[in-house]
Amino acid sequence: MSADHAPSSGMRLTLNIWRQSGPADAGRMETYHLDGISPDMSFLEMLDVLNVRLEREGREPVAFDHDCREGICGSCGVMIDGNAHGPEAETATCQLHMRSFADGAALTIEPFRAKGFPVLKDLVLDRSAFDRIIAAGGFISANTGCAVDANSTPVAKSDAELSMDAAQCIGCGACVAACPNAAAMLFVGAKIAHLGLLPQGQPERSKRVLAMARQMEAEGFGSCSNYYECEAACPKAISVENIARLNRDYLRAGLTTRD
Amino acid sequence: MSSQSTAPTAAQNATLDSKCPQGPIQDRWDRHRFQTKLVNPANKRRFHVLVVGTGLAGASAAATLAELGYRVSVFCIHESPRRAHSIAAQGGINAAKNYPNDGDSIWRLFYDTIKGGDYRARESNVYRLAQISNHIIDQCVAQGVPFAREYGGLLSNRSFGGAQVSRTFYARGQTGQQLLLGAYQALMRQVGEKKIQLYSRREMLDVVVADGVARGIVCRELGSGKIESFAGDAVLLATGGYGNVFYLSTNAKLSNATAAWRAHRRGAFFANPCFTQIHPTCIPVSGSHQSKLTLMSESLRNDGRVWVPQKRDDDRPPAAIPAAERDYFLERKYPSFGNLVPRDVASRNAKQVCDEGRGVGSSKMSVYLDFGDAIARDGAPKIAEKYGNLFQMYQRITAEDPYHSPMRIYPAVHYTMGGLWVDYNLESTIPGLFVLGEANFSDHGANRLGASALMQGLADGYFVIPATLGSHLAGRKLPPVSTAHPAFAAAEQDVQQRVERLLSINGKRGADDFHRELGLIVWNYCGMARNAKGLDLALGKVGALREEFWHNLRVLGSAQELNQSLERAGRVADFLELAELMIVDARHREESCGGHFREEYQTEDGEARRNDAQFAYAAAWQHTAPGADKGGQPSWSLHKEPLNFEFVSLSQRSYQ
Ligand SMILES: Cc1cc2nc3c(=O)[nH]c(=O)nc-3n(C[C@H](O)[C@H](O)[C@H](O)COP(=O)(O)OP(=O)(O)OC[C@H]3O[C@@H](n4cnc5c(N)ncnc54)[C@H](O)[C@@H]3O)c2cc1C
Ligand code: FES
Repeated sequence: MSADHAPSSGMRLTLNIWRQSGPADAGRMETYHLDGISPDMSFLEMLDVLNVRLEREGREPVAFDHDCREGICGSCGVMIDGNAHGPEAETATCQLHMRSFADGAALTIEPFRAKGFPVLKDLVLDRSAFDRIIAAGGFISANTGCAVDANSTPVAKSDAELSMDAAQCIGCGACVAACPNAAAMLFVGAKIAHLGLLPQGQPERSKRVLAMARQMEAEGFGSCSNYYECEAACPKAISVENIARLNRDYLRAGLTTRD
Repeated sequence: MSSQSTAPTAAQNATLDSKCPQGPIQDRWDRHRFQTKLVNPANKRRFHVLVVGTGLAGASAAATLAELGYRVSVFCIHESPRRAHSIAAQGGINAAKNYPNDGDSIWRLFYDTIKGGDYRARESNVYRLAQISNHIIDQCVAQGVPFAREYGGLLSNRSFGGAQVSRTFYARGQTGQQLLLGAYQALMRQVGEKKIQLYSRREMLDVVVADGVARGIVCRELGSGKIESFAGDAVLLATGGYGNVFYLSTNAKLSNATAAWRAHRRGAFFANPCFTQIHPTCIPVSGSHQSKLTLMSESLRNDGRVWVPQKRDDDRPPAAIPAAERDYFLERKYPSFGNLVPRDVASRNAKQVCDEGRGVGSSKMSVYLDFGDAIARDGAPKIAEKYGNLFQMYQRITAEDPYHSPMRIYPAVHYTMGGLWVDYNLESTIPGLFVLGEANFSDHGANRLGASALMQGLADGYFVIPATLGSHLAGRKLPPVSTAHPAFAAAEQDVQQRVERLLSINGKRGADDFHRELGLIVWNYCGMARNAKGLDLALGKVGALREEFWHNLRVLGSAQELNQSLERAGRVADFLELAELMIVDARHREESCGGHFREEYQTEDGEARRNDAQFAYAAAWQHTAPGADKGGQPSWSLHKEPLNFEFVSLSQRSYQ
């Protein structure tokens, strides 16, 4: 970088960001120029810098959801140049650092797009559809107080590990955003696998898969036609094998269920 | 101006009644439950319980109360209950199961927690917590929490600081996530069955006290800005801790003190606000853009060795410093606990060596946490299995590889032991207002041991409140109430006016800017080390900053829309008052204990020196003035709850 090109040290960026004032607004892209961005900043810290500047200029800051900034709460998540959570594998938006982008880059930042996730404002979504899918059956019914001693039911280490692999889902919705069909099958499959791999999850296994699948459809999510974009976008690398498990459990439940 | 009342203040200047049962400590909880009135099963559905917060404490309480038959409404500021800050807890949860057969017992967990808290917690509460700990693990496993297991299929344990036994259960480095998902799923099951009404994206901005009893809340719907009231028979606050008063902390960005602070202003006493925890193993600050700090789980201290060079200003890379020229200062000073000393001790020592000029990294404000020996002993795959995701997190943030060079860590604000004062029933000084989880002050004294916040949150929610709520619901006459009661209109008006006030100042500085400045003041003067002079100085600085806030704040946008700047401004306004109370409390407590280190009061070897004769009490502060947003300065009066130690004898804490 030549000295006359860099009025302040750090990266320069052009940001094309989706602005939408509320659910009823049609929304539009707006362009902003930023410089002096440190490569050690996180992506959300870069947006913080933009927002401080906008506020200072009397313009409304960009609304975006975030909380833990450690990749675990599932609040954050935007499309960056068409990639859910941006360019790095196994990385949520909040864990991205600016060192992943080139100096001078132009970035397009949009909300996750899916029928099941209406936009509330700018980059903020309503993902309560996921809550309703869990409410339909994503649980083990174990009232407080009824439990037996924790070690009375051994679980094979390999099953516990596989269950944990699936249980790591953070419910961010990147799988839906990345899928050409806006399917939520990786999200649902992960929960089916987490609970279905454990002995405690067996009694409700059939009921669970039928109820969750029914709610998933009712929320307007599509179905899987094996693009596998979901796994690639997932910040926790949840495997598409969980979708196969979901399909198997669903078939089995259809054949065997008595309710 | 308002017919909204605050709670009666009969307790004024009297000592607080903790309602702790008497007799042998093993029998107290049983006896208390037996003596607490039961709510007739047929009546339960007539009672409406408002639960604010869906972290471990709130979600577990709401699910359990709904299972018992109560009508429950649940509120959270998040888009979904599953996003509560509890999700980020990494290392684990304690229980006295003694599965490893290494000498653990309920008594030992009780003893370690009292001692770890530097003798500033209530014995009755802590014993109960240790008793309940085992049931929590059973409950979580029944819900499908995928805890780590041994090859035989049984549960695995690891060690945490302040204990010499392995009693921590964990799910990789994501224990909080898995426990919260368990509680969230139990909660959502009740939502699906229509026994719980869920209100997400609602920020509670006031407690409604009608005729001396908490009977409702006022919220702002964060999507539309609508102010809404909800009436009920009991209000449970499980709204988390206030570590974000420091701006930079390991807490999630939305964690805040507003719900607790609003309750405080309506009459709930705030206890031990200066007891805050600085966690020793966090990723150091990298620049002025920093928005939050990242914890590296304490479990790393099982295998990682903490050291700095023996010489000051030693700029050699770590690998070039021979073992003989390294100072493994925790192992040297505390041979029996070594790297596993409690957090306050580990943090203070790290600060000390950095202050001596022996810190490492470009800022010289960090120490090494070195896995070299563990990798040589066990091999990299074994270490990866235990800590892989933490190493990955570290590398992602710092672009340094901890398999090849030691991590660099520095202490950061992490947890708040202080909180709203509650009695043994978890009831605050406002009748009918209960406080659970990190939001209360109850069990950790002046320093919390690792893996015990998850335990306490779930104990409060799954087991304590379901048993003690009867003391209020069956024990008091509760006339029917609705939002038509004048106290609701008055509270709504207060909330509305405050929102309008924040929007109308029209000054020059954003809320975040004030928050950063406040954080720095509290960190510098009321952080890891405190002294009278600094605290007096800080008091003036905070007052001046608050004054400027109410004249020079700028919030764009309107009240009738999703407005994240407005949300932040309201929270910062409350932090500006809470910070002052923290400083007042730190100033008044002329002793050192746990995380509260007053430089004037230390032993010859630099350890905290308590003053049990004068300070063996919980300091509960009553808010006595309207506060800055109504034009006045906040002020407080102090109430003392004496702490009696019948079962553990008070002594100088030693980890040597
Ligand atoms: C990084 C990190 C790691 C940790 N690791 C461990 C560990 O390994 N072991 C351990 O024991 N402890 C750990 N802790 C501590 C522990 O996670 C917390 O103390 C605990 O989870 C707090 O739970 P809670 O239910 O009290 O509150 P939170 O989980 O903070 O939940 C607060 C809830 O209140 C809601 N809320 C807040 N304000 C309002 C309002 N005004 N209106 C409506 N709703 C509101 C929020 O939406 C949220 O649902 C860790 C903490 C951190 C920061
Ligand atoms: S902010 Fe929590 S996952 Fe990104």
